[in-house]
Amino acid sequence: MAGEIIKVSGLVHRYGDFEAVRGISFAVEQGEVFSFLGPNGAGKSTAINVLTTLLRIQHGSARVAGFDVATEPARVRESIGIVFQEVTLDRDMTCWEILEFHGCLYRMPYGERRKRIEELLAVVELDAKRDTLTKHLSGGMKRRLEIARGLMTRPKVLFLDEPTIGLDPQTRRRMWDYIKAVNEEGTTIFLTTHYMDEADQLSDRISIIDHGQIIATGRGWDLKNRLAEDVIYLETSDNGRSKEIVGAMDGVTEVKEKTNGFVALVNQDGTHLLPRIMDEIRGQGIRIVTVNLKKPSMDDVFVHFTGRNLRDERAERPSAAIARAGRR
Amino acid sequence: MHFGFLTIYWRDMIRFVRFRTLLVSSLVQPALWMAFFGIAMSASFNRLTPDVPPIPGVPPIGYLTFMAAGVIAMTTLFTSLFGGMVLLFDKNWGLLREVMASPLPRDHVIFGIALSGMTKSFIQALIIMVFGMLLGAEFFRGYSAGQVAISVLGILLFVGIFSLGFLFLSAAIAISLESPEGMQGIMTLLTMPIFFASNALYPVNAFPPVLQAVSIGNPLTHLVNGIRYFAIGDRYQAIGVLYTTTPSGLLFSLSVLVVFGLAMFGLAWWRFQRAVVT
Ligand SMILES: Nc1ncnc2c1ncn2[C@@H]1O[C@H](COP(=O)(O)OP(=O)(O)OP(=O)(O)O)[C@@H](O)[C@H]1O
Ligand SMILES: [Mg+2]
Repeated sequence: MAGEIIKVSGLVHRYGDFEAVRGISFAVEQGEVFSFLGPNGAGKSTAINVLTTLLRIQHGSARVAGFDVATEPARVRESIGIVFQEVTLDRDMTCWEILEFHGCLYRMPYGERRKRIEELLAVVELDAKRDTLTKHLSGGMKRRLEIARGLMTRPKVLFLDEPTIGLDPQTRRRMWDYIKAVNEEGTTIFLTTHYMDEADQLSDRISIIDHGQIIATGRGWDLKNRLAEDVIYLETSDNGRSKEIVGAMDGVTEVKEKTNGFVALVNQDGTHLLPRIMDEIRGQGIRIVTVNLKKPSMDDVFVHFTGRNLRDERAERPSAAIARAGRR
Repeated sequence: MHFGFLTIYWRDMIRFVRFRTLLVSSLVQPALWMAFFGIAMSASFNRLTPDVPPIPGVPPIGYLTFMAAGVIAMTTLFTSLFGGMVLLFDKNWGLLREVMASPLPRDHVIFGIALSGMTKSFIQALIIMVFGMLLGAEFFRGYSAGQVAISVLGILLFVGIFSLGFLFLSAAIAISLESPEGMQGIMTLLTMPIFFASNALYPVNAFPPVLQAVSIGNPLTHLVNGIRYFAIGDRYQAIGVLYTTTPSGLLFSLSVLVVFGLAMFGLAWWRFQRAVVT
């Protein structure tokens, strides 16, 4: 049964006077991995909380797994799994108990529940920790346990709110593999992230969200292509003049200043255009110091669509993210 | 039939068993009350009572016996009022979100918490009963084994219904608040008047009329009535006051507790329907 498994239109959510979600509409296809990519405070978690019925929907409409979140919240809850942004594990229960509790909450029959717990403990490699209290788990183990919990009931849609926040690169990669494997088994995945690479690697489609609004939606490569075919970076002995020269050339859509040089966004194959650009600059007696040609990254896409960097680089170093996740 | 509340019950009991300190500390307080207040006061009361002419034909009981029933009631009150506190922790530290996002109907959360709170109250009541008797409280004097069994069941019936009422209240407060500190404050504010405007430690006859009226409406008074009826008897004198409990009086006390419990369930249900946990 293909089709739209999540359908949102005109969703608005206010906290008091503050509009956190400002009229978003989108649809997620059955079997897709769909991402909300956006900076802190963009409204990602708020949107997830509405879709998962934790917040009552205020304006607009939303259907999840065929049910209306406003009128059939119980049916929606039966069909979904959630991994919250913050850790939501009872510190004083064991891994096994966490999963057993969850299975019971969803009224899974005894045999199926016990079998599923064993499977999942193996999948997230927590077999050896089954009788360990969750307060004695590492951050990554907790996250894995929560993902396992989200998968207990084989939900139709799995919501993951920043699933890899605070994880080391290696564990993040393993998480991605789990998530992909789950998706291949047929679960639709809705995830939020502010990691470019995560959105890029994991999702079929991405919506860039900022200040409560969706700014662009599409496949990763599609968004990048919409921005540019290639990105060319140059440092020269006279950046000011070179910029003008390059900006006037055919195929160059935009030129942007950088600290020691500038970048040119080009809408044709950069491998052919770059030599011409270099000839042109040299022809004016300017020396070229550095050249670089690359495909646009999600970072470039984000800067392009929002007009700003995704995050304040200093505040969001991985160590800061870990500290934040640990503090919760 | 949906047995979802058993899941909540199971989880709360795991914690109870895992953290025996909780049980132990909740038993220390009543033990201290009986050991110090009880024994000290019974010494002074027993010195006073000989001056009061005994009512002929009514069995007298010592102060310790009188107050031990009150201590059971008091402990039930405290434990039950704090029973909902776990919800507040769950709310702030995560688990309640998982529950609220699950298909479990919300009233099952209330039932689950109430049921585990009631279980804890039963355990405490039984332990205090035994401890009180070891200290010298004369419960079940002259009862046959069968009568003792029935009386214990009667006490547990009263303790159970009373604790459900206060657990519902506690759950309603916890789900409406944000911080454990706030809850602590409200609990202290509630327990004082409930405890002292009751017949738990002394007779209410000497109260001014207003306080007497309050104590008649006070669920704790009715719990104490029930416990004394089953543990001591329907006619006795203590501290120079005659106590008689008719079957209809007992039924009235039970009804007050039932009505209180239903009202508190209504309150909790209403608060849970509106609760937003994110
Ligand atoms: N309960 C609340 N009361 C008031 N304002 C809130 C509340 N929750 C969120 N907000 C505000 O709504 C906005 C969106 O918050 P939200 O948590 O949805 O962002 P987010 O995209 O998930 O961010 P992050 O990446 O940091 O998790 C923020 O400005 C936040 O301050
Ligand atoms: Mg968020």
